[in-house]
Amino acid sequence: MADSTQSAEAIVSDVHKKIRAAFEAFDYESNHTVDVREIGTIIYSLGCFPTQANLHDLIAEVEEDHTGYIHLDKFLPAMTKVLLDLKFPSIPEDLLLQAFEVLDKEKKGYLEPEELTKYMTQEGEVFTQEEMDEMLTALADPEKNLVYYKDLISQLTIDPDM
Amino acid sequence: MGCGVTKSNQFHKNSGKAIKAAVLIQRWYRQYVARTEMRRKYTWHIFQSIEYSGEQAQIKLYNFLGYLMDNFTPTSNERNLISHIFRDNEFCRDTEWERLFCYKKIEVPEIYSGPHLTFPLTVEQAVRLVEAFRNKKQLHSRYVLQLLLETLKLIRMLPNINRISTCQSKEITICGDLHGQLEDLLLIFYKNDMPSMEKPYVFNGDFVDRGNDSIEILLILFSFLLVYPSEVHLNRGNHEDHIVNLRYGFTKEVLTKYKMHGKRILKLLQEIFSWLPLATVIDQKVLVIHGGISDTTDLSVLARVDRHSYVSALRPPKKRNQNSAASSIDIDTEEVLSHNKLTQRRTSLTYPKPIARDVFPNRSLQDFSGLIKVNTVEDVEIHRKRPSISIQGINRPENETTQAASSESVNSENGNDEWKQILDLLWSDPMNQDGCVPNEVRGGGCYWGPDVTEDFLNRHNLQLIIRSHECKQDGYEFCHNRKVLTLFSASNYYDVGSNRGAYVKLGPDLVPYLIQYQASSMIRELTVRQSVGRTEHSALKVLREQLFAHKSDLLCAFKMVDSKNTGHVSVHDWACAVESVLHLGLPWRMLSYQLVTSKTSDGMIDYHEWFNDLAIKGTNTDHIDQSLLETLYRHRSTLETIFRIVDTDNSGFITMEDFRQTWKLLSVYLKMEITDDAISDLAVTIDRNQDGSIDIDEFMEAFRLTDKKSRLERGRSMFMGTATDLTKLEGDLNI
Repeated sequence: MADSTQSAEAIVSDVHKKIRAAFEAFDYESNHTVDVREIGTIIYSLGCFPTQANLHDLIAEVEEDHTGYIHLDKFLPAMTKVLLDLKFPSIPEDLLLQAFEVLDKEKKGYLEPEELTKYMTQEGEVFTQEEMDEMLTALADPEKNLVYYKDLISQLTIDPDM
Repeated sequence: MGCGVTKSNQFHKNSGKAIKAAVLIQRWYRQYVARTEMRRKYTWHIFQSIEYSGEQAQIKLYNFLGYLMDNFTPTSNERNLISHIFRDNEFCRDTEWERLFCYKKIEVPEIYSGPHLTFPLTVEQAVRLVEAFRNKKQLHSRYVLQLLLETLKLIRMLPNINRISTCQSKEITICGDLHGQLEDLLLIFYKNDMPSMEKPYVFNGDFVDRGNDSIEILLILFSFLLVYPSEVHLNRGNHEDHIVNLRYGFTKEVLTKYKMHGKRILKLLQEIFSWLPLATVIDQKVLVIHGGISDTTDLSVLARVDRHSYVSALRPPKKRNQNSAASSIDIDTEEVLSHNKLTQRRTSLTYPKPIARDVFPNRSLQDFSGLIKVNTVEDVEIHRKRPSISIQGINRPENETTQAASSESVNSENGNDEWKQILDLLWSDPMNQDGCVPNEVRGGGCYWGPDVTEDFLNRHNLQLIIRSHECKQDGYEFCHNRKVLTLFSASNYYDVGSNRGAYVKLGPDLVPYLIQYQASSMIRELTVRQSVGRTEHSALKVLREQLFAHKSDLLCAFKMVDSKNTGHVSVHDWACAVESVLHLGLPWRMLSYQLVTSKTSDGMIDYHEWFNDLAIKGTNTDHIDQSLLETLYRHRSTLETIFRIVDTDNSGFITMEDFRQTWKLLSVYLKMEITDDAISDLAVTIDRNQDGSIDIDEFMEAFRLTDKKSRLERGRSMFMGTATDLTKLEGDLNI
């Protein structure tokens, strides 16, 4: 019994350290605050996959009354909960593949830029034009200008090799 | 919004699925983008930390050498090795310069296919010069020297602060650091046209070092300066400094491209650099300077200083009253002067009382007095002797000498103040917090806050400061309430894809209009992921080398945490230990995913295993002591700099004896014992033909201290040929 409580404490402590480390990377003035616009990146970098809605909710919880800053004191407990509860789990590769296949109605094995653009900019949590342009630059095969999603999924979900 | 009933539920189901799928993909993609951004951020951070700690190391080295100079007796061998870099420029009149750097005797061979210059220079020639460099031609040393001499004549007449205006609706274009990246300058000229009567330019320093084409950039800038002296303005940067050039590649570039006359070219450039104006003011409202300001910066003081006496910003000028010194110079007076130099050099390069900042590790300039094992009794005696000699010197009947001595004691205060003004101007960086503190990261200048900007602008009735000195991802960055603009014009500075460059246009409304760009056709073909990946790859490689170089210290740090000697540490402890040794302020925990591949099943790091992974294997280096190897890696820039200083005739070779002496110097600086045998072992590795001289480049390469690539400079053809003709160049004495 004692053992499991200890390990639970140890886990929480470790999570705290992780959160602090990510936070500090953006704490430019070393005063335990970060710009609210960087919070998304911090949360993502901790391995979470929130939706935009999730992000907005979390930010609303922790932001310092519209100052545009978030203090570690508020962020730490909120983020700890997120990590311990696995609130925004990563997306399993097969699920992702299915998602692409849904969009690829003709089962071609690839998506044309226009197809992808239509979905990304009109459905769900839509992309801005800028985001869309970047996505195409990042994902489209440079020669054929097509998005071969199967290869991309494995390449991009884990960190790419050096 | 009714959907047509004609389409069946199937459609609804599908579109529902489609929406879900879209959301999933968007989530996934946004996470990926954020991770990439994170990697880009810390990659940046890595390069910047290492760059700045390199600059810091340079200053430390310089201070150390200066300290040695002051504390070794004149007969000491070590002192002779390095004393020449502290020698002032000889005072020369124009005619003397022309004699010293006579280009007339240099013949240009018929097969030379580069541009021929005639003076006075015309705009057509300047344009042709740009074209020639674009086509990888090299300008013949005869023309180089001639061009530099003409530049010197002109530049000496310029004031410390250029005052220009945007009258006649002229827009002024301002460029930041170029660092020898010719491609960027060509890109700017392509997008914005070359300098002309209608197109005035300000170039804000750091034209040289690091890139491959520093000399070509200088020649282009000087040409346009000569053709349009009222429209082209150059500010001095911290790299327009021969001491800095020794470390950062410009010296090497010139000596490689101009084997025969490189040394003279460098000497002439040293003089030109010291004559470069310090600042430019536009419409009395916008200040353009290379580094920044401090809370003591005063433009009226800067307008008055004798900028020429600051040959290197890293060193306060010798106090000299030229005329009196010339007439009454003798051994005693010289000792008086050098005694003053002693006092001066002891003054810290930064504030007298460095303010402790938790954020920055305490890397302030060290006190080396503990290191030097000088015979203390002797030392005291010598110092006791000096004051008495100086008194004799002062009591000499020569009024001039008396005046010289007394004015020196009065002026030494002012001298230091002036020097600090220049140092601050060329080396400072802005910070977000209010106040003004020494720039301990770079080792010179200071960090200044928004309050200092506000105060400065008010005092001088200005509205904007445009500066460079720091690489910015987007090529520019505003700070201090948009009152300070940092402008950086060398794209892909850290590596391909690392950053954009930018230049700014200022019209009569003085509203900055920024244009960004990125050189290299390679960029367009790389996706964001690939270019971040590449830069990250380089950064991590550099970082791994640093880690390997500190193996002994790291091992100690790990062992302190791993009290039970399990050989394992947690990621958190690993991160803390690494930071405590390297002091780079990097997000180690995040980097651990990239840097550590040997993790145990419960997520601990096996550090012995990790060191094995890191090990850089050199050829023939097994007989070299491990800790010595580490030292070599850690201090390779310093090592190379010292070698180049010792190589007084710039031949690329130093004698065995000098080699030994250099190591003795280093052993003090690096606080380690290096036995004579160990040094011999090192030498044997490279001096294969045993002729008693060591090839510096070969030495650095033998220990994998430099990439082989850096030896093969990008081809510059003076003849109608390709880069392979470089071999012909090596033997050609005319160059």
